Amino acid sequence: MKKIFLLIILSALLFTACKKSDSTAPDFDEKNLASLSVEFDNIVGGRTLTFNNTAIPYTNAKGEPFSISMLQYFVSNIKVTTTSGQQYTVPQDSSYFMVNGADKATRFATVKVPEGDYSKLTFVLGVDSLRSTMPIDKRVGVLDPAAGGGHGGGGMYWGWNAGYIFFKLEGNSTVISDDQQGDPTGKKQFRYHIGGFGGYSAPTINNIKTITVDLNAAGIAKVRKGRQSNIHLFVDIMKFFNGSTTLSIKENPNVMFSAYSTNLAKNFNGLFTHDHTEN
Amino acid sequence: MKLSYLKYLFLVLLFVYACKKSDDAKEQIASFLGFQKPKNFPEPVYAFANNPITKDGFELGRMLFYEPRLSRDNTISCGSCHIQSSAFTQHGHDVSHGIDDRLGTRNSPPIMNLAWNKAFMWGGGVFDLDLQPIVPITTHEEMDEDLENVLNKLRAMPTYKNKFKAAFGSEQISTANFMKALSQFMLMCVSSNAKYDKVMRKEQNASFSAIEAEGYEIFKNKCGNCHKEPLFTDGNFRNNGLAPSAINDLGLYTATLLEGDKYKFKVPSLRNLKYTAPYMHDGRFLSLDAVFDHYIREVQNTPNLDPSLVANGTRGIAINSDEKSKLLAFLNTLNDEEFINNKLLAEQ
Repeated sequence: MKKIFLLIILSALLFTACKKSDSTAPDFDEKNLASLSVEFDNIVGGRTLTFNNTAIPYTNAKGEPFSISMLQYFVSNIKVTTTSGQQYTVPQDSSYFMVNGADKATRFATVKVPEGDYSKLTFVLGVDSLRSTMPIDKRVGVLDPAAGGGHGGGGMYWGWNAGYIFFKLEGNSTVISDDQQGDPTGKKQFRYHIGGFGGYSAPTINNIKTITVDLNAAGIAKVRKGRQSNIHLFVDIMKFFNGSTTLSIKENPNVMFSAYSTNLAKNFNGLFTHDHTEN
Repeated sequence: MKLSYLKYLFLVLLFVYACKKSDDAKEQIASFLGFQKPKNFPEPVYAFANNPITKDGFELGRMLFYEPRLSRDNTISCGSCHIQSSAFTQHGHDVSHGIDDRLGTRNSPPIMNLAWNKAFMWGGGVFDLDLQPIVPITTHEEMDEDLENVLNKLRAMPTYKNKFKAAFGSEQISTANFMKALSQFMLMCVSSNAKYDKVMRKEQNASFSAIEAEGYEIFKNKCGNCHKEPLFTDGNFRNNGLAPSAINDLGLYTATLLEGDKYKFKVPSLRNLKYTAPYMHDGRFLSLDAVFDHYIREVQNTPNLDPSLVANGTRGIAINSDEKSKLLAFLNTLNDEEFINNKLLAEQ
């Protein structure tokens, strides 16, 4: 009898212990860091992202069929907020990522944050103005101007107007004309290279967008040592076409450093939805 | 008689010895002194603390400057369009002549006194010398190459591995060290030994002739506002009233998209004009006479025309032929023969 009683007490103790470690957020300690990943899962409307699917193209709100041949964007300056309102900003040097739609390995932005329960995620789509004007030594990894094979290829750096391309989307659409207004090479290619950090000495276009994602509805991130919390986001490229600005590929097959690019950058905010969190 | 002959011989010997000595001194000067701010120049704007100039870094930069592997088919180096004897411009070309005989849209500007530049390119867009070389390397009409390919080509060469190690302590050829080496060479391209400089520094009792002195006074009055001493540019972007070109180059606007920047181009220095024709951002004027004609009677009323080119409702600068010849005499004192002959800056 005594033994059974002891067993009950011990089991009860065990349960509380389990419960405690599972639901009580640890004390917020900026030195007690654990891993958190943010997953950028690229989709196009109701379909997954497939490259060059010209046979069964996607269709935007303007009714224009299109396929995608390249998708790359920068994610930087990750910041998280706990359920009790404590904020943590990932140190800048570890907070630049380039998501390449063609390389699944790049879909995670993995950072270290204090153990805790997080209900809010904030990041920048693009590269902040400070980093955009930093000395060459600070431009390493994904920020290396040599990375990716130049701005004509997969590169994300504009040499002539020193700065980064934040978001690069290329593809094809049969609606594109073969003249100067469209694609004179006849390849019917569209190119959206969105950048512009606000200018070095005079204020110029600023397409840096801060994205805030509320994690409460689809699951807060419980960051603990020895575990991998993963915030799974859907990035819906269709929203780039169908946002506050409805993009017509026929009318604007090439948008790079131009005033119109600011309209498209305003669509960025709608791209990101929180699907779930794996804790 | 004999004595004076001996005396003469002695003097000649002394002279020869003195010559030899001064040659030695010259050689010593030619040996590396690093970046030296000329006494009559302001403080440079380049962040030297981030890239201190060393002999090894400079020599590596020089090698890279004259390295055709920077271009797609290994034919064009920086030195192809920036020729020292033309004060590092491409003499005789209105617009730069690059790879596959392609032509650019702008005149090759001089590599000169860049440590004092706060903006680069005729139409701006680049604000850091360490980022500038990316433009010609990747531009279709110039070197048409990817930076990554350039670095890979250099990485395959043991010579460069050794040179990078000597300059930066690491065999690793990174973008940053590649750019820094190029900057070190370009920063050393200082033109500060024209007659003008010697007069200003009161060296060797240098002084202007009467006509040069008069030209200098006219210059200060009519040109010096934009072509500010001692660099002979204020470093700003201005519209000097050129008729828009066939391609309607909008200048600084292309980089800023600000209406107020349309047709503005960087004010060029007036140093070394003797070697740097043709003139203007698109090399449209083949002679200084043509430049004077422009300022005297051809200034166009395009958007953002610089206010200094309009006086009492009349466009242009009033310069009569007497003033013009005096100005030309003064401008001639800005030609720096030592700069274009400096062996330290030449391909080795």
